[in-house]
Amino acid sequence: MSGNSAVGEAAVLAGCTCYFGYPITPQNELTEYMAKRIAEVPGGVFIQSESEIAAINMVLGASAAGARAMTSSSGPGISLKQEGVSYLAADELPAVIVNMMRGGPGMGNISPAQSDYLQATRGGGHGDYTIVLAPASVQEAADLVHVAFDLADTYRNPLVVLGDGMLGQMMEPVTFTTPAKKKEYPKEYVLTGASGRPARMIRSLLFDTKEEEEHNWKLFRKYQLMEQNEVRYETFLLDDADMALLAYGIAARIAKGAIKRLRQEGLRVGLIRPITLWPFPKKIIQETAKQLADFFVFEMSTGQMIEDVKLALEGKGHVHFYGRPGGVIPTPVELSRIVARHYYQSKQGKKT
Amino acid sequence: MKTVYARPKCMKEAHFHYCPGCGHGVITRLIAEVVDEMELRDKTICVAPAGCGMLVYNYFDIDTIESAHGRGAAVGTGIKRVRPENLVFSYQGDGDLAAIGTAEGFHAANRGELISIIFVNNGVYGMTGGQMAPTTMLDQVTTTSPAGRDSVIQGHPVKICEVYATLDGTSYLERVAVNKPAAIIKTKKAIAKAFRHQQQKTGFSLVEILSPCPTNWKMSPLDACKWVDDVMTKVFPLGLIKETKKC
Repeated sequence: MSGNSAVGEAAVLAGCTCYFGYPITPQNELTEYMAKRIAEVPGGVFIQSESEIAAINMVLGASAAGARAMTSSSGPGISLKQEGVSYLAADELPAVIVNMMRGGPGMGNISPAQSDYLQATRGGGHGDYTIVLAPASVQEAADLVHVAFDLADTYRNPLVVLGDGMLGQMMEPVTFTTPAKKKEYPKEYVLTGASGRPARMIRSLLFDTKEEEEHNWKLFRKYQLMEQNEVRYETFLLDDADMALLAYGIAARIAKGAIKRLRQEGLRVGLIRPITLWPFPKKIIQETAKQLADFFVFEMSTGQMIEDVKLALEGKGHVHFYGRPGGVIPTPVELSRIVARHYYQSKQGKKT
Repeated sequence: MKTVYARPKCMKEAHFHYCPGCGHGVITRLIAEVVDEMELRDKTICVAPAGCGMLVYNYFDIDTIESAHGRGAAVGTGIKRVRPENLVFSYQGDGDLAAIGTAEGFHAANRGELISIIFVNNGVYGMTGGQMAPTTMLDQVTTTSPAGRDSVIQGHPVKICEVYATLDGTSYLERVAVNKPAAIIKTKKAIAKAFRHQQQKTGFSLVEILSPCPTNWKMSPLDACKWVDDVMTKVFPLGLIKETKKC
């Protein structure tokens, strides 16, 4: 099953009843999957909207009405959705936004890339806000979609699943899990018509600067909770390593391939793979810095996550980088050669 | 003693922020009266816009959500599709619906979404201080058309009702005004009719209301009311534009 379809199926199994989307490659299979699949769900809503802006605002409406709602897109479309994502965050409404990244900037191309890291993790709209999950396989994409909907409801916050064109398009076996019992979340904010209760109001406009500041601190406290509780990462062959690769999503798959090859040649290289890009797994990087000095960041961009790695290291260690933007996907062999060069240079440097 | 005039039940005890002579206060109250009379308070969800109408949520005692500027029809679509049993209406101004929200309104209408739009046309951006709107009259002076709107440079007033009338998804479109008592009574009837169309699932409904903005037109309230008749209705003729089924 393709990553795009798997994300769609997982979303439906996670209780998503509303999907709103606008065509854009390389994520069209997800929209097409939902067009068929949502029709089988009781109360299911699928709308191909007139624009990405309309789609995200339909998500906002559906979420305010109490439904689990999702939209998906890629780079240029995600830029358009940022307005709505910001409102979702301000209104404290849950929603899941999937971005299957492609080459940018501008129209760019439709090849896999990781060009939207900063947009996703820094809150691409106005304001700061959102948890970003980065799956590295079709199976993990399906699993993380469940996590995404639950976290969105837990924190009443929009949530981004950040894949790329390769993850969306590639076919892998996948096993779907259906939660035995759907978790219940308090829904006292949902608009249903004020039957037998006072009217409810969902808004982000707070003219009173004192009120707006308090709202910002309230959101900030929520983001702090997320930072405390929601960090996810994977390590691979890190225990004895003297160089740590850092990569997420499909780049991490390539990195694993490169590491296996490097290990055969006797190079002790391990991997830290952030699964949440925000909150970023700082602690494991800081702990690893006690064991080794060389960090090698690999991204399918000119270097965006590298900023978070450097922030985590606070000037410690040495940060190497290799990036390929524009939809170019290096092979594990290519990456292993470059990592090996840095590895040996680093060793050399330490001897002299 | 007989009560002849009272605050509608679905309005909160709040003072309007609207300027003296503004039509929004009348329209806000008319909607509340209709919701009361049709006994719809328990079912109604209002989508508030960005613009002068934004603060309706401070006045309505009904469930309300604020939308981003222009996105009311999309937000309303999301709500209505999840809760088809509710009455969903969005309250939008001319900048909101006829400029930044053109796509959202047009396509909700074309899909025949079972929502109603209360479209307040006063020919200017009011909240931001009287800039030119898509519905500004030719030769009308605003802060961003200081020499008067020139069709060669700034285009022509947009006629939302007439445009929407070409869409098969729309079932009820009427243009009314709130500049004099008889017109206000007609406006109230039109709002009720739009809600009935929604309840009877005939299609998308919209009431365009010509509304005076004395502050930004730089007129006295009385002159503004007269200007609606003398100037606005010449470009935006009042009356039923489209009704596919009597409701």
